Amino acid sequence: MKPIDCTITEVRSEAPLIRTFRLDKNLDPAPGQYLMLWIRGVDEIPMSFSGPDTITVQSVGEATAALFKMGAGRSVGVRGPFGNGFVLRGSRILLIGGGVGTAPLAFLGEQAQRAEISVASLIGFRSKGDIIFQERFEALGLGGAEGLKREGKINTIITTDDGSAGIPGRVSAGLAHLDLESFDQIYLCGPEMMMWDIISRTKDHAEKMQACINRHFKCAAGVCGSCCLDPDGLRVCVEGPVIRADRLLDGEFGRYKRDGSGSKGPCKG
Amino acid sequence: MPSLSISAGGLDLKNPLLLAAGILGTTGASLRRAAQAGAGGVVTKSLGSAPREGHPGPSIVHVECGLLNAMGLPNPSYRDFQEEIDSARAGGVPVIASIFGSSAAEFAQIARGLKADAFELNLSCPHAENFGSELGRYPDLVESVTGAVKAASDVPIWVKLTPNTADILELGQAAQRGGADAVVAINTLKAMAIDIESGYPILGNRVGGLSGPAVKPVAVRCVYELAGRLEIPVIGVGGITTWEDAVEMMMAGASALQLGTALLRGYGVFEEIGTGLARYLERKSMTIEDLVGLSLRRRS
Repeated sequence: MKPIDCTITEVRSEAPLIRTFRLDKNLDPAPGQYLMLWIRGVDEIPMSFSGPDTITVQSVGEATAALFKMGAGRSVGVRGPFGNGFVLRGSRILLIGGGVGTAPLAFLGEQAQRAEISVASLIGFRSKGDIIFQERFEALGLGGAEGLKREGKINTIITTDDGSAGIPGRVSAGLAHLDLESFDQIYLCGPEMMMWDIISRTKDHAEKMQACINRHFKCAAGVCGSCCLDPDGLRVCVEGPVIRADRLLDGEFGRYKRDGSGSKGPCKG
Repeated sequence: MPSLSISAGGLDLKNPLLLAAGILGTTGASLRRAAQAGAGGVVTKSLGSAPREGHPGPSIVHVECGLLNAMGLPNPSYRDFQEEIDSARAGGVPVIASIFGSSAAEFAQIARGLKADAFELNLSCPHAENFGSELGRYPDLVESVTGAVKAASDVPIWVKLTPNTADILELGQAAQRGGADAVVAINTLKAMAIDIESGYPILGNRVGGLSGPAVKPVAVRCVYELAGRLEIPVIGVGGITTWEDAVEMMMAGASALQLGTALLRGYGVFEEIGTGLARYLERKSMTIEDLVGLSLRRRS
């Protein structure tokens, strides 16, 4: 498909380097799916949905910097939605997110809530000022939240690396407060090393864990090969970006990744 | 079922359907996956002498009748690619390394530094400054590059030709004079698309190459012209999407074929097209060799 023209209708600051952009078109995405966002004259970048018509973006490079200069009324080109999103399963689920990776999980949680699925969340950030979507996660739960409250538990656990809010430490520091056995399905999105930390500590649950991962996407059509994941050559742009965690245990995930040239380098974040 | 095995350009292939350069060729695993899915051989992403990120996006646009791309030769450099080739070879089919350079010496240096079952010289990428068709549209450069790589290597040398020229036969003859073991035709047709909401050309590089069903009749004509006059075999590529396309391209003179844009439908296309080809041969009581160049023999 050619890029379609979308007008930005609203820009909202979520944290110092994170903004949510609302588009004038509902592209009917599944949470975990992504779009290719064309900032004309600059570049085209993949971005996951934080709602049916919103993307939540962290400023990390040239294209996102150019996007941050755009306000309501400006337009972008959009291809998508692409890829396989999260699939809701069971009646009691856990969302585990880090940083801007919480965005598709908040979207997923709201879909789960409408399906009357009980939702608990474990979300981590660098510092108190970096927390996003706290109220969205805390509002989730319906039956679940009531259930958790009856059990005297909260439905949202927050961690911060610097200890300025919630539990101090990495996201995995929150695992001790959760009984993973009690969840039918676990959903994961965040920086790769954070996800790897969770997956490698919870290998017994990998078959019920869906992770939304990131590789260098160019074509978003499964042909150019820039996002292929070792050891099986999985085309993340079309066969992911949501992948069952047991497929991530014994390959490149958490160990290395290829950049835009195809050169291997360390995973960051 | 009739055998699909065929010899082409110095390689013995279990079937004529190869994975084209630039498609799922960045990692050993993705090349191996094509082999496991039934490809008779696989061609790597084009490799140069230094890492390149490629052009800014969008690097691909779906148009009405095909695919427009300007990837810009992203690659980690040949020095970092041997392990991917070695891993691809575990797929059990020939691995052809596509290479590019800006001079005969650079091509030869890369060929000396890599071990592969054959080399395909990219003298035809239409959208990278100083590379590809910027050399490949000049017959004398095609000849000298081919000759330099031939002298530097003891594996078969294939030369991929550009259709963005008045006379592709001149280029094919130059490759043959340089000692090529086969020519590969065609690379993409230089093309562009414009976003009418903004006036911006859609591709980050503004101009790119068109592939897919739109270019197939051009590719069939090029293969026909080349196969009719050259002594060396022609590998046909350009818009092959169905087994009928494969039959047509072989009748035009192709000894083997490459699939690129068809991979939009997934790795299953190798088996799908291979099965269709075998059934056709069975129905017609023909061998695969009978098919090659049949149209060249159908005169008056």
